[in-house]
Amino acid sequence: MVERVRVKALTPPGHVRAPWYLRGKEGVIERPLGHFANPEQLAYGLKADTKPLYRVRFRMAEIWGEGAENPDDTLDAEIYGHWLEKVDTHAP
Amino acid sequence: MVWTGRAVLPSLLTMSDTTGRRWHDMGGQDAGPVPMDGHDFALWEKRVDALMVLCGQKGLFTVDGLRRALEDMGEDAFESMSYYERWIAAVNQNLVEGGAYTLEELGERMQEIAARGSTYGEAQSDG
Amino acid sequence: MPHDHHDHFHHEGMSPSGHPYRADNDTPLTYWQRMEIAVRELLVEKGHLTPAEIAAQIEAMDARSPANGAAVVARAWTDPAFKARLLENASEASREMGFDIGPLNLIAVENTADTHNLIVCTLCSCYPRNLLGLPPDWYKTRAYRSRAVREPRTVLREFGLELPDHVTVRVHDSTADMRYVVLPARPEGTEGMDEAQLAALVTRDSMIGTGLPHRP
Repeated sequence: MVERVRVKALTPPGHVRAPWYLRGKEGVIERPLGHFANPEQLAYGLKADTKPLYRVRFRMAEIWGEGAENPDDTLDAEIYGHWLEKVDTHAP
Repeated sequence: MVWTGRAVLPSLLTMSDTTGRRWHDMGGQDAGPVPMDGHDFALWEKRVDALMVLCGQKGLFTVDGLRRALEDMGEDAFESMSYYERWIAAVNQNLVEGGAYTLEELGERMQEIAARGSTYGEAQSDG
Repeated sequence: MPHDHHDHFHHEGMSPSGHPYRADNDTPLTYWQRMEIAVRELLVEKGHLTPAEIAAQIEAMDARSPANGAAVVARAWTDPAFKARLLENASEASREMGFDIGPLNLIAVENTADTHNLIVCTLCSCYPRNLLGLPPDWYKTRAYRSRAVREPRTVLREFGLELPDHVTVRVHDSTADMRYVVLPARPEGTEGMDEAQLAALVTRDSMIGTGLPHRP
């Protein structure tokens, strides 16, 4: 089953690995990658929790809209689980 | 040495504007043609790279600590300093924060090194 | 501190790759070079590192080059079972060939007749360095980092690569713990070639996605 997700459109300061151009954008989980130490804690020398990491695939049309160079090309990025929210595909 | 774990406030001054987007987060921005020129790495650059890798292996700090320091250095540093100049600055910042040595020790050593000679080769401790 | 380790093994002034080091040993000492020397000496004196470890790390990094990746690609072109293992777990497949890639988490992405893959790191300079060696300078530039995710076809054109419309471009932004290497498609006309001959066709850029392998 295809799992649709949206990157949270959060804007905290400091070291995060969710790229700006993907925030608020919807994609599908291409594959789960396992659990990794949270870079948002490691960056400040703190003991880090582990977080699930996913490879998420986005259509260029979703990211860049009308201005996409080719709407059907894709972009894959690794996004930590705490930056993702599920998209309800059965919504009316 | 093990990290004592002190939080360092991220610099709020390194955002490119008030939206919260930070300067290093470049994906999708307008930019010119990709410059194709390159260079063979200098010995001092390879040493900086090796110091970073080894400090990571020894648990002195993490690559995320390096990136955080690079990001907090701001966009001017990206434009005005070379890649490994920024790296040694960020390596040093993490080591000072982690207590590997003090700024006093660093400052005195850098002064001593300047007195050894005027080139990188001459400034090694064995002359 | 002992003399630079390389002096014992290589021609004076030449890197292990046979290229000259940039002429920095006799140019005016910079502030940042002084910092590098100071940091290195302090770490050694305080027992965190040894000069031998630093020399060994430089040697290990110098030994990594696109030739390692090319050997992996050539093996995948000639051995279907290896190719399957590479696409399943590129780290293990690279180690299987004897390459010391450390803790690298590597994913291989395959170019086909209708798919072309391109690797970038928009946030910094993540690169499969433990397999391919250090990244080219252009990979770390603002221009590449900014544009590769929004106009990959235009960027590829600057590299001399024109992709037909029926080919889907898949861009991979190395945002976290994985690193990517492109498995380029085997060129036509290479049917009789052995692994070593095939490896010679594989360029660095073909494994980043900004180029194709040489044709025989």
